[in-house]
Amino acid sequence: MLTVLALMSVALLGIVPEQTEAIVIYTGWERHALVGSDIRLACSFFSWRWTSEDVTFSWTYRPDGSRDSISIFHYTGGAAYVDNKGPFMDRLEFVGNPSRRDGSILIKNLEFSDNGTFTCDAKNPPDIVGRPSSVRLLVFEKVPIQAGVITGAIIGVVLGLLILIVAIYYLMRFLVARRVFSINVSKHGKKKKEGSQQKQLWTPPPVTLYPLP
Amino acid sequence: MLLLLLGIVLLHIVALVLLLVSTIVSVWTSNDTGTSDLWYNCSTATGGHHCNPASTGEWIQAVQALMILSIIFSVLSLVLFFCQLFTLQKGGRFFLTGTFQILASLFVMSGAIIYTVMSPEWVPKDDTYGYSYILAWVAFPLALISGLIYVILRKRE
Repeated sequence: MLTVLALMSVALLGIVPEQTEAIVIYTGWERHALVGSDIRLACSFFSWRWTSEDVTFSWTYRPDGSRDSISIFHYTGGAAYVDNKGPFMDRLEFVGNPSRRDGSILIKNLEFSDNGTFTCDAKNPPDIVGRPSSVRLLVFEKVPIQAGVITGAIIGVVLGLLILIVAIYYLMRFLVARRVFSINVSKHGKKKKEGSQQKQLWTPPPVTLYPLP
Repeated sequence: MLLLLLGIVLLHIVALVLLLVSTIVSVWTSNDTGTSDLWYNCSTATGGHHCNPASTGEWIQAVQALMILSIIFSVLSLVLFFCQLFTLQKGGRFFLTGTFQILASLFVMSGAIIYTVMSPEWVPKDDTYGYSYILAWVAFPLALISGLIYVILRKRE
């Protein structure tokens, strides 16, 4: 009875995750690039299954302000099919490694009209249930400074200077105190040598050290 | 004596609160449909309250940094005041406290000046200055006076 229960629970544990697992696709959230440069849009996925030979990747593009998306890339059956009619004709290249679950594409010579949302959809049969992931491409003439970089830099520099000044102040106090300490010791040392020549009738004075006030 | 002490601490805290409100509340510019700067641009133009992060130009980031630094220095000055209150010798002056508070007031002043001079670059012409901006300008003389009082004040038993 117990063994039957144990076997049933093991079987359930084995079945239930396979029914509730889904493929999870990862792309970036947003990419910034300069006009005329190349950009690599990364896409990878996580799946509980081994990477099958029928794994497929497909990229679709939706321009900013438009509601329609077009397909620009498809990888299936071991072959990659790039855009040969649309806006990315002769500018798209497949740089991914499907066996390593990487479906990245390279877009060359960016133009302002490339601003938009790129969606990657990957399927790893029999694991096909999943949500495509989108990355937004922003093409700039000049890459803007990210929010908070200059703020953090100014705050860091000023606080660093403050800490440096405090450290130097305490170091100077420590060094000056040490110099006073060493001067007193050398004076008493000279007096002691003269006293030993006079048959030790002269008792050495007590060593007193004056700390810096 | 105690009254004087309380008054000075109260002045310091009022300046600090003004600095905090001016920095945290994002109403340096306001117009009919919304407010903007330092951190968020909020508008009620397209129905409902929408807030977007403020523009990421160099000057607005400099103003953000200077306001945050002024808050940090004012808080440090308050902490140092209580430290020096118990450790300073009789007749000594609160130099360190006063220095930090005067530095805080200088940071607020430069932040407000930079905002005044450079904001026409990203703010439309018919927008008016909001209350955070005014509070920053009020906090500057309060912090300066508070710092000068610390420098002049002598410790008595």
